[in-house]
Amino acid sequence: MSPSLILIQLLSGLAHAMVLFLIASGLSLIFGVTRIVNFAHGSFYMLAAYLTYTLTAALPLGGGSFYVAVLLAAAAVGAVGFAVETALLRRVYRAPELYQLLLTFALVLVVADAVRFFWGTENKTGPAAPGLAGSVPIAGQLFPTYDLALIALGPVVAAALWGLFYRTKWGILIRAATQDREMVAALGVDQAKLFTSVFVLGSFLAGLGGALQVPRQALTNVMDTSIIVEAFVVVVIGGMGSVPGALLAAVVIGVVDAFGVLLLPKASLVMMFVVMAVVLIVRPWGLLGRPEAQARTAGGALAGGSAVGVPRAWVVAVLAALVAVPPLLPTFYVWVLVEILAFALFAASLHLLMGTGGMVSFGHAAAFGLGAYGSALLMHWAKAPMPLAFAGAPLVAALCAALYGYFCVRLTSIYFAMLTLAFAQIAYAIVHQWYDVTGGDNGLLGIWPAPWLAAPLRYYYLALTASAVGITLLALIGRAPFGLTLRAVRDHARRAEAVGVNIRVHQWTAFVVAGFFGGLAGATFVFLKGSVFPDYLAVRMSVEPLVMVLLGGVQVFAGAPVGAAIYKLLDTVATRYTEYWQVVLGAILMVLVLVFPRGILGVLSERRRG
Amino acid sequence: MRTLRLLGPLVAVLALGAAAPAGAQAPIKIGEINSFSGIGAPFTGPYRAAVEMAVEEINARGGVLGRKVEVIFRDDKGQPAEAVKHAQELVASERVHLISGTFLSNVGLAVSDWARQNKVLFVAAEPLTEALTWSKGHGYVFRVRPNTYEQGRMLAERAGKLGHTKWATIGPNYEYGKRAWETFRDRLKQLRPEVQVVGEHWPTLGKLEPGPFVTAILNQNPDALYVSLFGSDWLAFVREAGKRGLFKKVFVVGILLGEPEYIDPLKLEAPEGMLVTGYPWYDIQAPAHKEFVATFTKRTDKNPVLGSLVGYVTYLSIFEAIRKAGSTDTDKLVAAFRGLEVQTPIGTIAYRAADGQSTMGAWVGTTKLDPRRGVGIMVNHEYIPGERVLPSDAEVRKMRSGN
Repeated sequence: MSPSLILIQLLSGLAHAMVLFLIASGLSLIFGVTRIVNFAHGSFYMLAAYLTYTLTAALPLGGGSFYVAVLLAAAAVGAVGFAVETALLRRVYRAPELYQLLLTFALVLVVADAVRFFWGTENKTGPAAPGLAGSVPIAGQLFPTYDLALIALGPVVAAALWGLFYRTKWGILIRAATQDREMVAALGVDQAKLFTSVFVLGSFLAGLGGALQVPRQALTNVMDTSIIVEAFVVVVIGGMGSVPGALLAAVVIGVVDAFGVLLLPKASLVMMFVVMAVVLIVRPWGLLGRPEAQARTAGGALAGGSAVGVPRAWVVAVLAALVAVPPLLPTFYVWVLVEILAFALFAASLHLLMGTGGMVSFGHAAAFGLGAYGSALLMHWAKAPMPLAFAGAPLVAALCAALYGYFCVRLTSIYFAMLTLAFAQIAYAIVHQWYDVTGGDNGLLGIWPAPWLAAPLRYYYLALTASAVGITLLALIGRAPFGLTLRAVRDHARRAEAVGVNIRVHQWTAFVVAGFFGGLAGATFVFLKGSVFPDYLAVRMSVEPLVMVLLGGVQVFAGAPVGAAIYKLLDTVATRYTEYWQVVLGAILMVLVLVFPRGILGVLSERRRG
Repeated sequence: MRTLRLLGPLVAVLALGAAAPAGAQAPIKIGEINSFSGIGAPFTGPYRAAVEMAVEEINARGGVLGRKVEVIFRDDKGQPAEAVKHAQELVASERVHLISGTFLSNVGLAVSDWARQNKVLFVAAEPLTEALTWSKGHGYVFRVRPNTYEQGRMLAERAGKLGHTKWATIGPNYEYGKRAWETFRDRLKQLRPEVQVVGEHWPTLGKLEPGPFVTAILNQNPDALYVSLFGSDWLAFVREAGKRGLFKKVFVVGILLGEPEYIDPLKLEAPEGMLVTGYPWYDIQAPAHKEFVATFTKRTDKNPVLGSLVGYVTYLSIFEAIRKAGSTDTDKLVAAFRGLEVQTPIGTIAYRAADGQSTMGAWVGTTKLDPRRGVGIMVNHEYIPGERVLPSDAEVRKMRSGN
C-alpha cells in the first residue's frame, strides 16, 4: 500500500465517520438521558434527507438553496422530534422503559409510509453542494471537496456540543442526568423539559446527518433501516451517552470500513459487528462509556411486582379451540395459524430472557434462523428424514446459543442487547457468504414436510404440538426454582449474588434454553415455507418478537403468545387490504401502546387485580 | 321489517356470488406477488402500471376465452417467507389459476419452490438468477426476463471486440453480482485469453459507502471495470466515482445500467461511453412498441422503464398461454407454455420447452447524454435476442439434472 493510498483511504473513512458521528451522537444523547432506544432515529435521518431534496429545489436562493435547505430540514426534523416527544413518548414514561421502544418502532412504520406517499418509491439523486461539488488533487489523486468540508465540520459540531455540555447549565444537567437521572430528579430538576430538549437536539442531529448525506448518497425508501443499526453500533462502541465516545467510535468504524475494502474485502458485511463484539467483550461499557449507576428501585427495571398469571380456565379454553376449530377453517387460515404458532413459541422463548431474566436481546433471530438452517442443512446435506431434521433444529440453535451466550451474559442492559445483535449479524454473514454449504442468498429450497405430514391439517397439528409443548415447558421453567432465581437475579443482581446464586451460570442457562425453543420455532416456520434464506437472521426477525412480547405485556408470560397472535393477525390483514400497510400497522401499534402502556395482558390483569 | 328490507339485497348479492363461479363468465384470476415495499419498491411501480394496462386492454376486448381477467396484487415486502404466505392465500382463498410476478431472486426462488411442491403454475417476471430455470428449475416455472447469464454474455461478446486487458469488478455481495461477473469474465477470457483480473469488490447491498471502493479500484489500475451495482448503490457510486475521476481513466461495462430505472435518476450526471445492457424505449421503431409507449405515457404521465415492458410482456404471455390451452387447468397451461410463441411490442418471443426461459432479449449499447430530455440514453444499440446467448437444450438438461 502506497502512502498516498493510505492517506486517501484515511480521508474517505473520516468523511464517512463524520456523518456517522452526527447521527450517532444524537442517538447516544437521547439514550443517555431518557433511556429511550429510539428506533425512529433512522427515520428522522431519512425524513431530513428527503426534505433537503425538496427544499433545495423549492427555495429561490440559487447556490445558497442547498445550505439553507440543510438547516431548515434539520430544524424541521427537530420540530418533529419535539412533537413526538411531547405528544407520544411522554405518555409512556411511567411504563417500563422498553415500551418507548415499541412506540418508536411504530413511528418507523408510519414515517416509512409517509415518505413513500409523499416522495414515491423511485430512487433519487439529490443535488450536489454548490461550491463544493468538485474535487481537489491530494497526493496525486482527486478527492471530493465536499468530503473535506465534512471532515472539517465534524470537529466543529463536536466542539459545539462540548461547549454546550461543559459551559452551560443545561449541559451540566444533561451530564448529570446521563450519570444518574434519579438523583437529578430528586434535586428538583424538571425532567419533562430536560427530556424534551434532549430529544429535540438528538433529532436535530439526526436530521443534520441526513441532510448532509444528500450530496453523497442516493435517496431511497430504505435509508432509515440501513442507517439505524450502524448508528447503534457506533453508539455502543463509543459508550452510551458519551458524545466523545460517539466521535471516537465513528472514526474507528469509518476508518476500519475504508481499509477493510483493501485488506479484507470479503468481510465487509460483518466487519462492523466483529469490531463491536471485540470492543464489548474487552470493554463491556464501550470505549468511553461508564458502568451504569445501580438502579435504586427495589423491583428492577422491568418488573413492577410479582408476575401475574392468566386463569387456567382461559388457557384450557384457548387450547381446546386450537385443537377443535382448525378442521372447520379454510386452508389459508390454517397456514396463518401455523405461522402464529411458530411466532408464539418464538416470542415465548424471548420472554424467558426479557421478562423472566430481564435480558433484552436484539439478536434472538439467531436462534430462530439457526434452527431453521439447522433443519434445512440436516435435510439437504445429511439427507435426514424430515422428523429428525425438525427435532434437530432446537439442538443446533441451543448449541450455537451456548457458544455466543457465553460472551453475551457477561454484559448487561443495552450492551448485552447489542452483543446479541452482533452475533446474530455474524451468523447472518456466515450463512450469506458460505455459498457451498448454505446456498448463500439464494438459500436452500425444498425443505418440505414428509409426505405423511404435508397436508395442511397434519402439519398444523405438528406445529400445535411443538408450540404447545414448548410454551408449556417455558412456562414451567419460569415458575420452577430456576425461573424464580433468574427473576431474583433480574431484580437485584447483587443481592442474588450475595445469597450465593451464580448469576452468570443462570443467565447462560436461560440463554441456551431460549435458544433451544427459538430454534424449535424456526423449524416450525421453515417447513411451513419450504425454503430458508439469510433473511431469517435479519435484524427485522429480532425486532418482531421483541415487539410481540411488549405488545402482549412483558410482565405476563402469556403476553408473549398473545402479542404474537395479535401482531401477526394485524400484519396479515393490513398487508392484504392496503398498500399502505405500514402506516396502518404503525398507527394501531401506537394506539395499543398508549391504551395499554404495560402491554395488553399487563394492563388487563392489573385491572382484574384491582 | 326494516331488517328484512336490508337483508333482501344482501341475500341477492350472496346468491349471485355463489352462482357466479359455476357460470362460464367467472373471471380468470391471476395472483400477482411483488415487492411493492422494501428494497424492490423503486422498480415495481412501473411494472404494476403496465400489468394493469395489459389487463384493461384485454378486458376491453372481451377478455380471454370469453372471460374477464382479474389480477390480485400482494406485497411481498421483499421477504421470501411473506411471498410464500401470499401464494398460499392466493391459491387457497382467492382460487387464482396461476401465480405471477416477483422481482428479487430469493423471493422468486421461494415462490418457485412452493409452486413446484403444490403443482401451481408460476410465471416469474423479473428475478434474474439463472438458478430459477436451470439448477433449481422444474416443470411449473417459466421466466420472462433475460437472466444474469444471458446479459453477462451479451456484454462479453461486445467487450471482447475491444482492447481492454486489465479488468476489475464491483457488484453487490449477492449471487446476482457474483454470477453476473463470472459469466462475463469466463466468456471474455474465452474470447481474449490475455485478459487479467486485477480486483474484485463486493460491497454490502444497499450500504455502499463508495469513496473507499473508488480509491481502491483506481489504485489497482484497471483498463476496464465491470459494474453490477444495484439501485441506490449505483447512484451513489456514480457521484463519488465522477469526483475522483474514475470515468475518465477507466472504461466501464455495466449490466442493466442502461435501463431507465438505473440511468434516469442520474439525470445529466449519467456517465457517458459506458457499455451497458438496457432498454432504449425512445429508439424502438416497431409500430406495436410505439403504441405501447404512447399508451403507457398517456396513462401514467411517465415514460416506460424496463419493468413496464416486462410487466406488459408477462401478461401478454399469460393471456396467450390461456388462449392456447383453451382452459385454466394448470397442467394444460403448463403444456401450453412449453414452446409458446407470443407477439409482443418488441417482436415475437418464445418460451423454451427445455427450461421455461423466454427468448426475450436485451439491448446492448453505449451511453450518451441527451441534453434535450436531461437524461442519459443508449446509442449504437443492438437488440440481442435470447436465442443468441442461451445455452443449448443439452446443456440445460445437464444443469437441471441435479433436481
